[in-house]
Amino acid sequence: MDLYEHQARELFEEHGIPVPRAAVTGSSKEARGIARVLGGRVVVKAQVKTGGRGKAGGVKMAADPAAAELTARQILGMDIKGHTVRKVMLAEPVDIDSEFYVSYVLDRAAGTFLAIASAEGGMEIEEVAATRPEAVARIPVDPAEGVTSAKAAEIADAAALPPQTVDVLVRLWDVLVREDALLVEVNPLVRTKQGHILALDGKVTLDDNARFRQARWGADEVEHDDPLEAAAAAKGLNYVKLDGEVGIIGNGAGLVMSTLDVVAGCGARPANFLDIGGGASAQIMADGLSVILSDPAVKSVFVNVFGGITACDAVADGIVQALDAVQLTKPLVVRLDGNNAARGRTILDERAHPLVQQATTMDGAAARAAQLATAN
Amino acid sequence: MAIYLTKESKVLVQGMTGGEGMKHTRRMLAAGTNVVGGVNPRKAGRTVDFDDRAVPVFGSVAEGMEATGADVTVVFVPPAFARAAVVEAADAGIGLAVVITEGIPVHDAVAFHTYAKSKGTRIVGPNCPGLITPGQSNAGIIPADITKPGRIGLVSKSGTLTYQLMYELRDIGFSTCVGIGGDPVVGTTHIDCLAAFQDDPDTELIVLIGEIGGDAEERAAAYIQEHVTKPVVGYIAGFTAPEGKTMGHAGAIVSGSSGTAQAKKEALEAVGVRVGSTPTETAKLVLARLEERDQRNS
Repeated sequence: MDLYEHQARELFEEHGIPVPRAAVTGSSKEARGIARVLGGRVVVKAQVKTGGRGKAGGVKMAADPAAAELTARQILGMDIKGHTVRKVMLAEPVDIDSEFYVSYVLDRAAGTFLAIASAEGGMEIEEVAATRPEAVARIPVDPAEGVTSAKAAEIADAAALPPQTVDVLVRLWDVLVREDALLVEVNPLVRTKQGHILALDGKVTLDDNARFRQARWGADEVEHDDPLEAAAAAKGLNYVKLDGEVGIIGNGAGLVMSTLDVVAGCGARPANFLDIGGGASAQIMADGLSVILSDPAVKSVFVNVFGGITACDAVADGIVQALDAVQLTKPLVVRLDGNNAARGRTILDERAHPLVQQATTMDGAAARAAQLATAN
Repeated sequence: MAIYLTKESKVLVQGMTGGEGMKHTRRMLAAGTNVVGGVNPRKAGRTVDFDDRAVPVFGSVAEGMEATGADVTVVFVPPAFARAAVVEAADAGIGLAVVITEGIPVHDAVAFHTYAKSKGTRIVGPNCPGLITPGQSNAGIIPADITKPGRIGLVSKSGTLTYQLMYELRDIGFSTCVGIGGDPVVGTTHIDCLAAFQDDPDTELIVLIGEIGGDAEERAAAYIQEHVTKPVVGYIAGFTAPEGKTMGHAGAIVSGSSGTAQAKKEALEAVGVRVGSTPTETAKLVLARLEERDQRNS
């Protein structure tokens, strides 16, 4: 889960990393009061989980509290790359002398974390790395040792950062470990004209798998911009909304991803990703169907199940029960393959639902579902 | 001969007495796996009956190894306890730890991978279906009855795509199938399996299944070019996945322009790997490739 900038800022502050004074609000009226407290002149920053805010007009200076209110009103509700701005952060302006980049990222290949640092902060690090790779230091961190002062000094030295950044590097590692983060990034980390080090903007990605031991990320922290995703999440479904017209249900993440691709290869667009897991019980099938059928864009539904440990006859029983629980309004193409496939197909044939048809292969079923979705 | 797992393998199950552990221990035994014990400190000294087989429960991996000579452990313990379980197994000096558990925090996985490496323990997983050498042994949750022993080696990030290909190619059969798992950090990689299959006399062709996220497939392609002389057929899932969304597996995410299915497919094709556009087409490519090979050899 990615955090908003203001949440990252709060985490940094809790861990003793210096940050500018700031506050967040969803109301332009409140923005005026916040600006007054911060001394009048403020930066107003859209809170969205995407890059390129500045270019999109989501970051603006306001000279006084009245201007802050006006600017907040302009930015709130703005759409930035498909993300609606619901909150703005107001921060005291900073006189920047120099900008740096520091982060800890998961190095999937090495199976460990990597410190990335550069004396050329402020821009996208990928751009710096592409144009001037020698300006970006990459130092592996031994997870058992962590980032000690000596390690931090090594990182700062490799990237030609000033020695004052060592303390920030140590504390930033604490954020990574204590908060179960997969990424912590400060960009830019600045030295002010007064000589102070400040984390001006940050990005933090938390590990969803660690939710069980990070009690403070309540369920309310998970926001779903899409109402169908919210409904699916409430039912505990592994669902991602997409832009197409063929609803997809399958068992196993890999098989579902593959199903989306095969449907796309047949000239239709998948409406969603939905992995119902190995068990494929009647309840989860019914829940999945009801979410997909409530998507007005869906024209047909493709249920693609490989019967392994849960054999196809059990899956077919689940589908039949789900058909009794949910009012089917759109054509459903079912492909059952694997253990007891013939028995499973017979169970569905005997149910003889007028909107349900079967295909024996994944490619054939995808073609049929695509055809049904694009027919009119 | 197969890779990593044979009928000689003696298997412990950590978390055997839990629901999933019981269910899959029974299945493993039915598939011919030599399950020599379970591990649960609170139930040490008891035995659990699986149909006609009584399996002893040990208080620790070390005790189980000492009593039975076990060299493989399959880990079913819940995410919160998985780190301790794997560290315990590595401390006991076990050769192979197959971590089935889904939902292990990445910091824990990083910690136990680093530790296991220092102790010489190979990890398969986490968040994986395990591995099977059909007709010999099954360590994990792969259905054993959908294929037969044969000459294809398979390595995959995805469980169900593994099963799909095992089933489509059941008439040819498999030497070993390894589900390496869908987490961002896994112990055994595509490259490890490619190297093992290349050296395995029972494997004539390798199927490599990948999916979006990371660059494991790109690195596998570079490895194939340098080190693999056996034919490799590939499949990649996730061409239609949107950027920034996790697709079921914790590691299956396209970040910016990195980790895309297209880049992986191109990297594999650039080194001569044929990549199927659907699982079924992939199976057909395997058959065609084996036929070419058989003709050349006859």
